[in-house]
Amino acid sequence: MFTKLKSLLYNNEIRAILFQVLAVVVIAYFAYQAFDNMMLNIEQRGIRSGFGFLSDEAGFAVNDNFFLEYSPASTNLQAFYVGIVNTLIVAITGIFSASIIGLIIGISRLSSNYLIRKIATVYIEIFRNIPILLQILFWYSIALNTFPSARNSINFFDSIFLNSRGLYLPKLIAGTELYLVLASFVIGLVGYIFIKKRSDKKHDETGVKTNTIPHFLALVLLLPIVAYFTFGVQLEYPALKGFNFRGGVDLSIEFFALAFSLSIYTATYIAEAIRSGVESVDKGQKEAAAALGLKSSWAMRLVILPQALRVAIPPIINQYLNLTKNSSLAAAVGYTELVTIFSGTVLNVVGQAIEIVMLTMLVYLTISLVISLVLNIFNKKMQIKGR
Amino acid sequence: MNKYLKIVSASLLAVGFYNAQADTLSDVQAKGSLTCGVSTGTPGFSSPDSSGNWSGVDVDVCRAVAAATLGDAKKVKFVPLTAKERFVALSSGEIDMLSRNTTWTHTRDTSLGLTFAGVNYYDGQGFMVRKSLGINDVKDLDGATFCIQAGTTTELNLADYFRSNKMGFKAVTYDTSAQTKGGFEAGRCDALTSDVSQLAGLRSTLKDPSSAVVLGNVISKEPLGPVVRKDDNTWLNIVRWSLNAMIEAEELGVTSATIDNASTSPGVQRLQGKSGKLNESLGLSKDWSRNIIAQVGNYGESFERNIGMSTPIQLPRGVNQLWIKGGILYAPAFR
Ligand SMILES: N[C@@H](CCC(=O)N[C@@H](CS)C(=O)NCC(=O)O)C(=O)O
Repeated sequence: MFTKLKSLLYNNEIRAILFQVLAVVVIAYFAYQAFDNMMLNIEQRGIRSGFGFLSDEAGFAVNDNFFLEYSPASTNLQAFYVGIVNTLIVAITGIFSASIIGLIIGISRLSSNYLIRKIATVYIEIFRNIPILLQILFWYSIALNTFPSARNSINFFDSIFLNSRGLYLPKLIAGTELYLVLASFVIGLVGYIFIKKRSDKKHDETGVKTNTIPHFLALVLLLPIVAYFTFGVQLEYPALKGFNFRGGVDLSIEFFALAFSLSIYTATYIAEAIRSGVESVDKGQKEAAAALGLKSSWAMRLVILPQALRVAIPPIINQYLNLTKNSSLAAAVGYTELVTIFSGTVLNVVGQAIEIVMLTMLVYLTISLVISLVLNIFNKKMQIKGR
Repeated sequence: MNKYLKIVSASLLAVGFYNAQADTLSDVQAKGSLTCGVSTGTPGFSSPDSSGNWSGVDVDVCRAVAAATLGDAKKVKFVPLTAKERFVALSSGEIDMLSRNTTWTHTRDTSLGLTFAGVNYYDGQGFMVRKSLGINDVKDLDGATFCIQAGTTTELNLADYFRSNKMGFKAVTYDTSAQTKGGFEAGRCDALTSDVSQLAGLRSTLKDPSSAVVLGNVISKEPLGPVVRKDDNTWLNIVRWSLNAMIEAEELGVTSATIDNASTSPGVQRLQGKSGKLNESLGLSKDWSRNIIAQVGNYGESFERNIGMSTPIQLPRGVNQLWIKGGILYAPAFR
């Protein structure tokens, strides 16, 4: 019996499990102690706790608000939602433009043209090596000091205005007309996808290629434009009234400074990921594509990139996550995203650091998990198709 | 992640492990220095000079407490904090006290686990506007954009005021006063709003001070004072009475130059530590209040040296005058 137990103890696998359990117990014990002590401190010092503050009146104004209902009379919970939406919008904008810039720079780095290659290299070296916070502050101050004042705004057709406070666009007024135009766009898009699928299938089967660009122009562009002019959509135009533009949609200069800096910074990493992805593709692949008579741009698009992306996607996922987290540097330029609004202002008004930081971290955790989930699914699809 | 979030989470951890048995005085004496939270730079209140020496009326409160507890007003370690960081820094124990133009409000006093130890400057919220706008009343600022600092009462008062007057406004919220000023200078906002006392200082540091004017309107009460943690009553008393000693000395007409002069006044003798036992319940040495006045000066001296009419800030005493001279400055009886 005893020897049996002893031999169990010497069993490597069982020992490993034993130590892990032990480690978990120790960590849990410390976490519990810390939590208990914290609760005691909170109680002794009379610090308010719980989530009741979420339904209290916020009492402060938020500068950037895209579509949610918010005023100083709203609750802290509504302020929290505005923060989440603003974080998501700047992150999505950043991810989108960083990907495009990154792809262009990454491919330029491999160009056979010396000048293009050098420019791409210099771009990467500069923007990757300056701390992101400095870049945000730099671009913000450039934007503040180069764009004109509200009164001297750059004016596009009396409907779009740009000045050192932001970009002002006409707003589409929701109504039957708008829905009809949107519907025509969706119908056009679905129609085009259907045609494209059919032509691709025909191409695969018979090798005959149909040009679908006219279909694209007609369905996706022309149809909504025609709909727009037949039904007419009501627009609300921004207009200078007193100190500021009122009406329309406004995108603050802080939003642009942040999204721009995050994009050009993150693009350097994406470019490098794409370059190493392309370089990882066997030389034979390119030669084989050439042997088939594919133009080099076609070879890139059809042969190299699909294989390169497989290698490049995991590091790119990482960069998307970094960009999202870096968006919390917004406080430096006053873009009102989650950390600025919630962990900044709300925390300072109600003082409940524990609850507020916990909620904030939960949001970032969720965003991170969703991004990695989506891209992992995409990644998996690519992997299987390739081989 | 971001630096601010890091500070907050580290502080939360610290709160978790923080020992509830607080004895700040012993901690300070064991360290041999007082760690005092101040602003990142508010001329006249707390700002460092080019060689890193801090000065200002808020700084003098820190120095007074150091003189009382350590016998040396120079033994202070200053920790510059933005408005957002200050309360977390205090409750986590990173600083021993906070003396950073902080408004005494109900919420801050009752639900943050902190206590205000007194008022060292009675302030109110005001506005600075670009002179070229030709505006001389807040009521003309309907629809304007304001530069403000995050985590301040300023944010809330602004919203309250414009709401109750049914006026529209936009606010761009920055982290530090340097950024807030930068936004104003670059024209991001039409007006900068903050405590009146800071407007004068901020204006004096603009590239072109004459391009801006401070409006006469005051829209709120901002009693500014030092703050301590709630769990240490002795420490609260030390900070409260160090400030009171400065006010009392002015009322008695005692200055840093005259504190050691022989006096027959019982009040002065108590301040000199020659009679009475005011030190005992605070756990300090007999000369604690004498050290404050000798090394830092009385309230009026500190005021004139840092923000008075002979300084660039040029603030009048106004309500911050002693009660016997028509102001509201009033120290409870020093006996
Ligand atoms: N008294 C107000 C405002 C205090 C405040 O932080 N004001 C700003 C004015 S711009 C300041 O002093 N900033 C200095 C700094 O950030 O270091 C409060 O307690 O909330």
